[in-house]
Amino acid sequence: MATIPADHEHFDAHHDHAHDHDHKPAFFARWFMSTNHKDIGTMYLIFAIFAGIVGGAVSGIMRVELAQPGIQYLGAVAQFLGEKNPSFDQQLHLWNVLITAHGLIMVFFMVMPAIIGGFGNWFVPLMIGAPDMAFPRMNNISFWLTVAGFFSLMFSAFVPGGTGNGAGIGWTAYAPLSTSGSTGPAVDFAIFSLHLAGAGSILGAVNFITTIFNMRAPGMTLHKMPLFVWSVLVTAFLLLLALPVLAAAITMLITDRNFGTTFFDAAGGGDPVLFQHLFWFFGHPEVYIMILPGFGIISQIISTFSRKPVFGYLGMAYAMVAIGVVGFIVWAHHMYTTGLDVNTKMYFTAATMVIAVPTGIKIFSWIATMWGGSLEFKSPMIWAIGFIFLFTVGGVTGVVLANGGIDDNLQDTYYVVAHFHYVLSLGAVTSLFAGFYYWFPKMSGRMHSEFLAHLHFWVFFIGVNTLFFPMHFLGMQGMPRRYPDYAPAFEMWNKIATDGYMIMAASMVIFFVNVAYSLFAGKKAVGNYWGEGATTLEWTLSSPPPFHQFETLPVIDDNAHH
Amino acid sequence: MSVVLTAEARRNRRTGLLVGSIALAMLGLGYASVPLYRMFCQATGFNGTTQRATAAQAAGVKATLRPITVRFDANVAPNLPWVFKPEQVTQDGRIGERKMAFFTAKNTSDHAIIGRAVFNVTPEQTGAYFHKIQCFCFNEQRLEPGQEVRMPVIYYVDPAMLDDANARDTPEITLSYTFLEAAGTAGTATVVKAAKPLDRIASAR
Repeated sequence: MATIPADHEHFDAHHDHAHDHDHKPAFFARWFMSTNHKDIGTMYLIFAIFAGIVGGAVSGIMRVELAQPGIQYLGAVAQFLGEKNPSFDQQLHLWNVLITAHGLIMVFFMVMPAIIGGFGNWFVPLMIGAPDMAFPRMNNISFWLTVAGFFSLMFSAFVPGGTGNGAGIGWTAYAPLSTSGSTGPAVDFAIFSLHLAGAGSILGAVNFITTIFNMRAPGMTLHKMPLFVWSVLVTAFLLLLALPVLAAAITMLITDRNFGTTFFDAAGGGDPVLFQHLFWFFGHPEVYIMILPGFGIISQIISTFSRKPVFGYLGMAYAMVAIGVVGFIVWAHHMYTTGLDVNTKMYFTAATMVIAVPTGIKIFSWIATMWGGSLEFKSPMIWAIGFIFLFTVGGVTGVVLANGGIDDNLQDTYYVVAHFHYVLSLGAVTSLFAGFYYWFPKMSGRMHSEFLAHLHFWVFFIGVNTLFFPMHFLGMQGMPRRYPDYAPAFEMWNKIATDGYMIMAASMVIFFVNVAYSLFAGKKAVGNYWGEGATTLEWTLSSPPPFHQFETLPVIDDNAHH
Repeated sequence: MSVVLTAEARRNRRTGLLVGSIALAMLGLGYASVPLYRMFCQATGFNGTTQRATAAQAAGVKATLRPITVRFDANVAPNLPWVFKPEQVTQDGRIGERKMAFFTAKNTSDHAIIGRAVFNVTPEQTGAYFHKIQCFCFNEQRLEPGQEVRMPVIYYVDPAMLDDANARDTPEITLSYTFLEAAGTAGTATVVKAAKPLDRIASAR
């Protein structure tokens, strides 16, 4: 702890080096031993983009395989990954490895690092007028733990995991498939990767909560905080309460696998269903962990491009708190078919539907913010409006699935896959792109191309809807998820979904071209390039902000809008 | 390490430790959920968990006139070389009446095996009313090579079930057992596993 005062040197504006405004350390010290929230945020974003490419490529393999009935490509992929003459069972095992990798990468190594580690690190201190995070060195540990977790998961693909190489346990890692059902070290490495990423996220949550509670600029009361900061605060609490339960559950998996305990093994008096309870006690809050910061980003953007403060600020903030609280008492709606009795199902159905109320408050408040506003359809706004549409579609199918009786029929079908991709792959990811176009010039100092950003949106929007909307039909017709093959009757919509994937992939090319264009040839960005609608504190700084900002703390006026 | 912390750093450290202790408490809760879940299932009959009664408690229960059928289901885990069957498929009785049923188990392997029976009843909401006074599932069972045993279960269905709107119309309760090789007898398990591939090769020839 001896270096805490050193990390906080910039607190003292009169310190000797204050004249040297941007005393950046040399390359290695700056990027590998970083304690600067903006640098760590940048590293999180780059890491998330890299992980997103890997996770997206995995889903590409799956979509290509599903384009027609039968097994076409799994053997070649297994061979590519180092399996000599893969047997049919090993090819099927590879499918399980792919769905596991896609889920874990996208949840733990793409969305969470980008939305919390990336945008959270970058903009929470800026928006509350703080010089940095409360624990800058812990921030660094959080990042590198996440990276180590990613490599542990990647490594698991190349060691035996039962039938073939890799961990084929699904992102849910249900026992007994993940215990006695998968021998070999791959599953241990996959579980260990969750330990690492989870530890990193818990430390990050401690950091965010401390920063937001203790380091707000004078005059910035909790009820004056921008909604993005509120969203990260609620998310940090969810992380803090949910992730340790996952850590406990997967540690029990590890000891069941390797040290002879029987937490989830009926032969020793355990119960595999207990794992599902523990997993979903974490897993349901986890989906809000992924989407709440997105809500925050969308609130900032809608307000900026409507040139109005957000409608119903307090309602918006406490709606997120309500979503967070209720999110902890609905977990068993993921377990309707484990034999819950009718009263338990009734409770979980009702409690789940209650979440639609605060969520509805948010949707309607965003629309009410736009209503009568001076709207400007810049790229972040287009993405934000796309978010509202896509998230609402996903939310509506969520209300359908919340019904215990209907879920008996739709459980583990493609309807569920369509639902959670509409709220996450289209909801959370769309909010990530909205935030990216909103803040990229602020972070890089270079303007992106508005044309390419709009083109990216429209190609992406058409692509993902073509990709995921047909899955509703497939699910209602009874196509089960997590299989590489299907009855020929399902071929048409699967083919269309695969076409949608290709369109979506093309939109990613546009995205990378745009990033390259802005970095190499983009116009220099001014401090507040969005104009008078952008009122939060990050817009009072240059683009990019100085290496150390707010050496003199800003004072927030009593009458200031959020 | 003499450290001079600024007031802000001290305050941050206090908050950070407090928040971190919440995370540790949740980790503890994760582990505490194992016994809590077991207690919850036993107390509420959740997941069809049956109840255990003493002979004295059972003596206080009055039989009613309402008939109830109990169906018996017996299974063994795939790698356990036992034959395990109920001696009767169903048993007709009355709610509140004490009944006895028999099961037989035989060890078909050439080594001693300790088995443990897991059990529940369906419909699951009757778990809270299905009381066992004596059962082979209360203890682990050790069978010598080739040994066959008869094992009793003494049970009754609690008349309180008639006051539960969700359970009172149940005409038949299925009591299911699955014998698993008790954990910790791993030495015998390897013998079993080693035997299988040989069998397959033999049949392939």
